[in-house]
Amino acid sequence: MIVEFGHFSVVAALLVALALGVVGHVSAVNSVWRSLVATLASCQLLLLAIGFAVLVRAFLVSDFSVAYVAENSNSLLPWYYRVSATWGAHEGSFLLWILIMGVWTWAVSLGCRRLPDEIFGRVLGTMGLLNFGFLLFLLSTSSPFERLLPAAPPEGADLNPLLQDFGLIVHPPLLYTGYVGFAVAFSFAVAALIGGRLDAAWARWSRPWTNVAWAFLTVGIALGSWWAYYELGWGGWWFWDPVENASFMPWLAGTALIHSLAVTEKRGAFKSWTALLAIAAFSLSLLGAFIVRSGVLTSVHAFAVDPERGLFVLALLAIAVGGALAIYGVRAPTIMSRARYGGFSRELLLLVNNAILVVALAFVLHGTLYPLAHEAMTGGEKTSVGAPYFNRGFVPLMCVLACFLALAPVARWKRTPLSLLKNSGLMCVAALCMGLVLPLVLGGAFKVGAAVAVALGIWIMLVHGADVWRRRNSTTRGYLGMTIAHIGFAVALMGIGVTSEFSREVDVRMAVGDSVELNGVTYRFAALRRIEGPNYVADRAEFVTDSGVHLYPEKRHYPVRDQVMTEAGIAAGFVRDLYIALGSALPDGAWGVRIQDKPMVRWVWLGALLMAFGGVLAVTDPRYRRLRATDGLREARGSPWATSGAGPEPSAGEREGAPLARRKREPKAPAVGHSPTT
Amino acid sequence: MNRARLFIPMAVFAVLACFLFLGFTLRDPHELPSALIDRPFPDFDLPILGKPGARATRADLVGQRRLVNVWATWCPTCLAEHGELSRIANETGLSVIGINYKDDPSEASRWLARHGDPYDYNIVDVSGDFGVEIGVYGAPETFLVDAEGTIRYKRVGDVNEDIWREELQPAIAALEALR
Repeated sequence: MIVEFGHFSVVAALLVALALGVVGHVSAVNSVWRSLVATLASCQLLLLAIGFAVLVRAFLVSDFSVAYVAENSNSLLPWYYRVSATWGAHEGSFLLWILIMGVWTWAVSLGCRRLPDEIFGRVLGTMGLLNFGFLLFLLSTSSPFERLLPAAPPEGADLNPLLQDFGLIVHPPLLYTGYVGFAVAFSFAVAALIGGRLDAAWARWSRPWTNVAWAFLTVGIALGSWWAYYELGWGGWWFWDPVENASFMPWLAGTALIHSLAVTEKRGAFKSWTALLAIAAFSLSLLGAFIVRSGVLTSVHAFAVDPERGLFVLALLAIAVGGALAIYGVRAPTIMSRARYGGFSRELLLLVNNAILVVALAFVLHGTLYPLAHEAMTGGEKTSVGAPYFNRGFVPLMCVLACFLALAPVARWKRTPLSLLKNSGLMCVAALCMGLVLPLVLGGAFKVGAAVAVALGIWIMLVHGADVWRRRNSTTRGYLGMTIAHIGFAVALMGIGVTSEFSREVDVRMAVGDSVELNGVTYRFAALRRIEGPNYVADRAEFVTDSGVHLYPEKRHYPVRDQVMTEAGIAAGFVRDLYIALGSALPDGAWGVRIQDKPMVRWVWLGALLMAFGGVLAVTDPRYRRLRATDGLREARGSPWATSGAGPEPSAGEREGAPLARRKREPKAPAVGHSPTT
Repeated sequence: MNRARLFIPMAVFAVLACFLFLGFTLRDPHELPSALIDRPFPDFDLPILGKPGARATRADLVGQRRLVNVWATWCPTCLAEHGELSRIANETGLSVIGINYKDDPSEASRWLARHGDPYDYNIVDVSGDFGVEIGVYGAPETFLVDAEGTIRYKRVGDVNEDIWREELQPAIAALEALR
C-alpha cells in the first residue's frame, strides 16, 4: 500500500510540475499569480521527496513485490548498499535525477525571490515544464513502482557486484546535481530570451547557480575517475568511454559558460553567445542522458536497453533543445553589442578561452557521435573511436588553453598595459627552465609531455601567485575563487602530464619472499595471511618496499554472498601512488601480482577539487547578495543595467552598487547563508 | 545581424538530432565493432574450472573453430542464453569454451551442475584481468575464433536464436567459404 502511495505522490508531482510550468509563465505577464509559483515549487519538492523516500524504504525493508527492488537488491545486501541500490539502475536513478531537479527548482524559488516577476516566473515556469517532461518519461516508460503481484519472488536478483561500492553511493548524486543544475542556467537563458532582455543583470543572476552546478559536476566527474582507478584494479583514471564523454561535454560547455558569463556581466558583451552556451550546457546533459539510457552507444555505464525509452528521451531532447533554440532564433537581439576592447585585453583572453573550449567540445562530441554518424551514412557499417584520437586533439588544445590561462590574472578589461606583461614573461622563462629540469631530475628521463605540462603548470602558478601577492590587501572572494580554480587547473595539468609519461607497471608471478624492482623501488612479498573481516575472509598479502612502505592488497571472499573481490593495496601519496593488485592464486602457491608506480596521480583529482572549491568560493562573494538588492531597485525603476562599452575600471557595477547595497542591507544583515544567492 | 542567421544553431541541432534518430533506429548496440576483430586471440595462461592445478593457454585454443563465451553466475542474461548455447554445442558440434569472468569458481561449478554444461572447458578469470585483455564490456559476450586462433566475430549481449541464425551462422558460413 505504501508503495502505491509513493507512486501516487509522484503522479501528483507530475501535475504540480505542469501547473508550475503554466503558472510560472502566466505570472510573468500577470503578477497576481506570482505568490503561487514558490508554493508550487515547494509542493513539487515535497511530493517528489515522499515518492523517493517510499522507494528507498522499499529497498530498506526488501519489498520484493516491487519489480525494481527485486531486480536490483537482495535481503543480504548491507543496508547502505540497499539505500544506494535505489539509484543503481535506470528507473531509480532517473527518479533521483527528477528529485534533484525538484531541489534545484525549490532552491531557485527561494534564492531568487527578490527578482522581478517576469524573470522569476519564467525561470521557474521553464524548470517546471522540464520536470514535467522528465516525470512524464519516468511514469510512462520506466516507473520504479511497478509491482510483481500476486507472485512476489522470495529473494531479489541482487545489485551488480561492481556497483557495491562507496563510489555508487556518492558518484551519481553529485554528478546528477551538476547535470540538472545546468537546467537553472538554461532556464535563465530561456527566460531572458522570451523577455527580450539578455543583459548584464541576467548574467549576474544566473552566474552563482551556474558556478555551483559546475562545481558539483567537476567533483562528480573527479569522483567517478577516482572510483574507476581504485575499483577496476588496473590503475587507469580516464578511458574516453562514451559515457565519460557524456559527462565531460557538459563540463566543457559549462566551463566556457562560466567564463562567458563573466564578460556578459562585467562588460555587457557576448550576450547571445552566453545564452547559446547556457542552452548548450544543459542540452549536452540531456544528450548524456540519452546516450546512457537509450543504449545508442555501448558503454560500461549503459543501462538496460529499451527502444521505447530511447525514443522518448530523444523526443524530450528535441522539444526542450529545439524549443530553446527556436526561441533563441526568434528573440535573440539582431543588433550586435558594441563593446570595444583592445588587442590584448581580458575580453580577448576570455574569447580565446571560449573558442578553445568550444573547439575541444566539438572534438569530443565528434569523436563520441562519429560511430553513429558513420553508420547512418554508410547504412550500417560499424566503427569505433579510441583514446588515441581523443588524446591527439585534446592534449594540444589544453596546452594552448593553459598558455592563455597563465596570462589571465594580469589582463585587464578593455586594454592591458604592456608593462604588466613583462613579469609574466620572466616567469614564463623561469617556468620553462623548471619544466625542463624538474621532470628530468625527479623522473630520471626526459619526456616532452611531462616537461610541457610541468612548465605550463608552474607558469600558471607563478603568475597567479604573484598577482595574489600584489593584490594582497584588496582581494575579493570572486578573485580568490578564480585564482584557486586556475591553480587547480594547473595542478591537474601537471598531474596528468607526469602520471601519463612516468607511470610504470609490471605483471609478475610472485611467491612469499620474492622481490621485484620497479622504477627504483624494490617490492618484497613479505607475508600472506588469512584474515577474517566482519563479513568476509581474505587472503591478505603484505608487501614491503625497500623504503619501508607497507602495502596490503587483498583477495576477499564473502561467504554469505559467495563472491570474490580484489582490493588493491594502494600507498597513496602526494608525490606518487604505489599500487598493487593481487591477480589469481597460482597452483604452486604463488600469486599473479600487478605492481604499478603512478607518480602524481593524486594531482589529477586534487586539481579538480581545487577547481570546484574555487567555483563555489566565487559564489560566496558578498557582491552577489549586494547587487541583487540593487538590481531590484533598478528593475523597479525600469532602467537597463547594462552599460556596454565605456565604463571605469574595475567595473561600473561594483562602484555604483556598493553604497546602495549597504543602505539596503543595514536593517537586517543576512548571515552568510546556506543559499548562494539570497 | 540577419535574423535568419540566428537560426543556425537550431539547424545544426536538427541535423544532430536526425543523426541520433537514425543511429538509434538503425543501430543494434549489441553488435559492437571490436578492435580485436581479425586479430589473434590474446595469449593467456589461466586455471581451468573444476580441475585443480590444470591450466589452459592459447595453444589449447587453436586448431579448431570455437565459440568463446564470457559468463558469470551473477549475470542473469548468461542464464538466459544458456539454453541456446547448449543447443548450439549439442546440435552443431561447435566447440564452446567458457571464460568464467569475475566469479567464484565453486559457485560457478555448482551453477554448471544445476543448469547443464555445454562448455568443453572453462577458463577462470577471477580478477577480470583477462577480460580487460579481450575488451569485455560486460557479461555475456561471445567471440567466434577460427582454427588459426583469429577472432572473427564478437557479440556483446546474449546469444539467442535470432543471433545464431542471422549473425553467427552467416559468420561461420563465411569462414567455410574462405577455406
